[in-house]
Amino acid sequence: MIEPEEIRRRIQESMPDAEIDVSDLTGTMDHYRVEVVSKAFDGLPPVQRHRKVYGLFSDVIGGPLHALSLETRAPGE
Amino acid sequence: MSRDVKAEISDEIAQNKIVLYMKGTPEMPRCGFSAASADLLNQMGVPYLGINVLEDEEKWVAIREYSDWPTIPQLYVDGQFIGGCDIMREMFAKGDLQTSIQKAFEDVDTDAG
Repeated sequence: MIEPEEIRRRIQESMPDAEIDVSDLTGTMDHYRVEVVSKAFDGLPPVQRHRKVYGLFSDVIGGPLHALSLETRAPGE
Repeated sequence: MSRDVKAEISDEIAQNKIVLYMKGTPEMPRCGFSAASADLLNQMGVPYLGINVLEDEEKWVAIREYSDWPTIPQLYVDGQFIGGCDIMREMFAKGDLQTSIQKAFEDVDTDAG
């Protein structure tokens, strides 16, 4: 399990401008859907955007964090 | 002789235009994200190879290192890593997934002709 606040904190720390929406898909704090809007994604293809976010959770993904579904957008998209 | 799982993966994605590494099989997916991914490919009516990582723990570990991508499912088209379920959905909605898959099969015709 990982707290939704922890998910938000890690993303915000790496992308200070990010607008972040975290939803717990199963109510069990291990399957999350996260929407992130940040300038950091500008001009990046989807795979690289997702890698950027996954990279912040490499220590927990596949462990306490079972699933992290992402929607990544640059501002204005 | 020890097993070279990464070489097996290289062969799978080289020999098949579309490969989906998934939990379960295309007929019986065992995870919602794998099911959704298989469903998109089924909607497009294209042939693909589904690899069930639940039946092959070593491959499950190897594919994550191979693509440097932490989650399953993973889609490969024409030997290229495309992404997971969210990216497939996003590309499908824009028509980009259909385009890259179509292109992969057109290349076959060009090679043959």
